[in-house]
Amino acid sequence: MKLRQIAHARTGDKGNTSSIALIAFDPADYPRLAREVTAERVGAHFGALVAGEITRYEVPSLGALNFVMRQALGGGVTRSLILDTHGKSLSSALLDLDLPDLDLPDD
Amino acid sequence: MKTVRIGAGAGYAGDRIEPALELAQKGALDYLVFECLAERTIALAQQARRKNPAGGFDPLLGERLRAVLAPCRRAGTRIVTNMGAANPLAAAEQAANIARELGFPGLRIAAMTGDDVLTQVTGNECLIEESGAPVSSLGGTLVSANAYIGAEAIAAALAEGADIVITGRAADPSLFVGPLVHEFGWAFDDWHRLGQATLIGHLLECAGQVTGGYFADPGFKDVAGLARLGFPIGEASEDGSVVVTKVEGSGGQVTPATCKEQILYELHDPARYLTPDVTADFSQVRVTQIGPDRVRIEGASGRQRPEQLKVSLGLAEGFTGEGQISYAGPGARARGELALQIVRERLALTGVAASELRFDLIGLNALHGEALSARSGQEPYEVRARVAGRTANRAEAERIGREVETLYTNGPAGGGGVTTSVREVLGVLSTYLPREQVVPAVHILES
Repeated sequence: MKLRQIAHARTGDKGNTSSIALIAFDPADYPRLAREVTAERVGAHFGALVAGEITRYEVPSLGALNFVMRQALGGGVTRSLILDTHGKSLSSALLDLDLPDLDLPDD
Repeated sequence: MKTVRIGAGAGYAGDRIEPALELAQKGALDYLVFECLAERTIALAQQARRKNPAGGFDPLLGERLRAVLAPCRRAGTRIVTNMGAANPLAAAEQAANIARELGFPGLRIAAMTGDDVLTQVTGNECLIEESGAPVSSLGGTLVSANAYIGAEAIAAALAEGADIVITGRAADPSLFVGPLVHEFGWAFDDWHRLGQATLIGHLLECAGQVTGGYFADPGFKDVAGLARLGFPIGEASEDGSVVVTKVEGSGGQVTPATCKEQILYELHDPARYLTPDVTADFSQVRVTQIGPDRVRIEGASGRQRPEQLKVSLGLAEGFTGEGQISYAGPGARARGELALQIVRERLALTGVAASELRFDLIGLNALHGEALSARSGQEPYEVRARVAGRTANRAEAERIGREVETLYTNGPAGGGGVTTSVREVLGVLSTYLPREQVVPAVHILES
């Protein structure tokens, strides 16, 4: 299944750094997010799009993770040649991440 | 318990105006705040002021004030805004003229200056955060330096009875912290309260982004009425909590989900959000739906403010030139790829001096590159070829768009809808200054 089915996301930008807040629709899914969506997995998903390091912050009270991705905006909003200079659309790319299906209990 | 009603009338310089009018008419507000200054906007405004010493403030200031001033006066609502940009004094003069014109003599309009620190940063061997090099190494490319000023001067202006407060580069949340501190009599070293006030500002400062804007995703997150999105109202309590809501009947929605997205928006470490006023901590915040379009938010805190103030540096970094052309139907992608290949060769052949070039097929790979885009695996019905490049001057930038345009008669079959553009590039970097070198001042004008 896709991450999009259990979580929503919003991208922000500061200079050449993009941050993506990833929030569980149902707070009960937060442990699953925290377990599956590691900084390493996010890094592998974005590949060459993010040149710098990725830091993950945990905010359990909001059922949320915050990913801070350095050197992710082609030099920053004001000078990037990328069509989406702010990287606003990166949140949607993150939600395309594949999640392993949960094991269904036996009847 | 005392509450203060504070509305957000704009989330960026070009934002919609009717939602602000709706707030002024129906929001029963104590304060209406317009946040209109992004990192790049201040550098653009400095350039505009250089060309016209009476300009350099938000071009929509007049239109906004003409829309909201009368209803704000009727409701006893005070206005706070950073629309002063690079010229708060000229903005205040225009505001005074508009107030007189609309029949409101005797209004007190405060202009806040002191954020322009170009002299301080060039003389002080400040280091650039991104590169570690001294600011002086930027030479003539440095066009502006503006320190992020906090809420103290705003609260001081309100204490002097200002009906309208116009700042330059104040920190976005400080536009809200100033009125809250003024109303509740909090101290500027009460870090816990300042952290709470900063969260309230952070929730509201992007206006429609907390009421359902920048949120809808049909089938997953549906939002009704985005064409007439209501802007937010914060009902701030003396205990530091807030209820976020909007005018009844306006479009959009206020839900825990919209509020959570905005709480984390543009944050790095949620436990350490630095502003001129406080090191705010949003890591323990809780949100609760308490009614339709009513969400209570509590649990923010704060620690001592940073010793140094962040300074935004604006740099003239040449130009970007761009051209686009569309292809559709069978083979659209192959013709788009051929178009890009032709322009690539032409730019080399004709010696266009670009320091960086980019070739995209919009509809296929322009936003996220090949690797992520390839996952969908479908052949698009239409594509739009896009070529963009960075150049030192305008003439070189224009040549890029022209090479795309000549594809009409010299390129692949069926290319249509060419657009070209040239944009001046203003880079933004950061440095820091000791607080004592930044001296905010409040000037009061009367209409």
